[in-house]
Amino acid sequence: MTPPLKIAIVEEDVDRSRQIVDGLRDAGDFEVTVLGEPSSVTRRLSEIDPDVVLIDMANPNRDSLESLSLASGARERPVAMFVDRSDKDLTRAAIEAGLSAYVVDGLKPERIKPVLDAAIARFNMVSQMRSELEAVRTALAERKTIDRAKGLLMQARGLSEDEAYALLRKTAMDQGRKLVEVAQALVTAAELLK
Amino acid sequence: MSALTINCGFIPLVDCAPLVVAREMGFAQEEGLVLELHKQPSWSALRDHLALGALEAAHMLSPVPVAMSLGLGGLPTRIDALMVLSVNGNVVGVSPDLAQRMRDQGWPGGFGDPGSTGGYLIAATGRRLRVGVPFPFSMHAELLYHWLGALGMRAPDELDVRTVPPPLMAEAMAEGEIDAFCVGEPWGSTAVERGVGELILPGAAIWAFAPEKVLAVRHDWVAAHDEAAGRLMRAVARSARWLADWDNRMMAGELLARREYLDLPAEIIDRALMGQLITSGGGFSGVSDNFLHFYRKAATFPWRSQAAWIAANLAKRTGLDRSAAIETGRACFRPDLYRRHLDGLGFDMPGASDKLEGSLNHAEAVASARGNMILGPDAFFDGTVFDPHAR
Repeated sequence: MTPPLKIAIVEEDVDRSRQIVDGLRDAGDFEVTVLGEPSSVTRRLSEIDPDVVLIDMANPNRDSLESLSLASGARERPVAMFVDRSDKDLTRAAIEAGLSAYVVDGLKPERIKPVLDAAIARFNMVSQMRSELEAVRTALAERKTIDRAKGLLMQARGLSEDEAYALLRKTAMDQGRKLVEVAQALVTAAELLK
Repeated sequence: MSALTINCGFIPLVDCAPLVVAREMGFAQEEGLVLELHKQPSWSALRDHLALGALEAAHMLSPVPVAMSLGLGGLPTRIDALMVLSVNGNVVGVSPDLAQRMRDQGWPGGFGDPGSTGGYLIAATGRRLRVGVPFPFSMHAELLYHWLGALGMRAPDELDVRTVPPPLMAEAMAEGEIDAFCVGEPWGSTAVERGVGELILPGAAIWAFAPEKVLAVRHDWVAAHDEAAGRLMRAVARSARWLADWDNRMMAGELLARREYLDLPAEIIDRALMGQLITSGGGFSGVSDNFLHFYRKAATFPWRSQAAWIAANLAKRTGLDRSAAIETGRACFRPDLYRRHLDGLGFDMPGASDKLEGSLNHAEAVASARGNMILGPDAFFDGTVFDPHAR
């Protein structure tokens, strides 16, 4: 029987790496190691000698992996980016999900594919969760600014809450700006005039 | 002219200025272009997005198109350099500790003498010098190997070369992971500001005219989008010309300082733009007009001989056939498109597309379409002359 594939995940965010590990566990029997400490990635990788390395496309440490894969060319096991030549669709899906993968040369595509499919699915899920969280955060921050601007108008001009909101909205429309921008400008100006 | 969107990737560095200026100062708009600039986390990510079509164009290290076309590194793809975006602009720096050891050996300090400074650097390095470069295929690596190689070191074999993305170079110095670096500005100055690095040499002291970044596109994209490529090249060439004016460079510093680009104080960015580096806590380099070129000395022209020099070096290190590599490399740089798309716009064109790299010790007038082209100096510090046609 062939030994399980050795997979290394380079990821500092603990929640995120756990998600990916869970996804891989569902996909098959692999030996998964998470490398969370950026400064020791290179050293740890040479100790583990993985078959597959998964790393976030946005991780700036990717360039060091790149040089590692070159350096190993002659001396150790050759490493190639899986996107190399084999499966263009899979490659594109990975890149769109924000995943880069390095795979030891000579591994059969059918052994790699389940790993990548699982990783891509998890990467997509995590980034969707992230952008939703981001959207919620932004919306909250905007509402807070608008509330403060409303409060300032109510106080300074003796308006009701609805009137203050209507004034903000009208100003935004007249100036072709976003409501939150007008609100922010008002809040900033009020702070300066304090 | 219908509006056309071009997505272009960049790494936050002073030498992405021609792209930022093309977008912000209206040169792209004049060509009916919407130039969308996308900041990238690493050179590999930039390369992958370009190769797979998420980006149409990229601010790229000059050796990368050659390496990719030669099949080196991940995602081998035929990539062309439409024009050169910048010449020179790198700095070599060492840790304060290593600088002190060099002084103990008798190094007088300074920022411009590669022979003597390199000698002291080698003498002061006890174990293998751990040196950071931004990418395995980079002018930084090439300059470093050429410099230390000419001084008798077997480079890169006798070096411990680490790949560190430019914005993380100062951090790697602070963490003690590397003793020295070669990096593009403003990231050398950032190390100085943090007190973790002292600049000992500008890249231009090793090779006086080194093509640093190029405007890169996929070979098959440019074949199918000739008109778009022309618009992009004209917009960027006009930006480069705008950047030749020293008064404009101050404004460029303000643009680059913005959050969406470098997100750093303009004061640090201006040092490279104005050629006035601060080398250490107390050191000022003086003013250099050769530190970084965008336009002067025909800086934008993609010389086939520059690509040949890069290809010859890569072939030597990776064991590829030299003449085949040179041929492939030369084909990546596109003076043919440059001549055609920039014709009649007041950009002077050299008579030839190759030159003897390193042959000019001084500025010299050369044969050109309008007859007022000044080239050089382009000398290597050790007197090397590279003949692109030599076997």
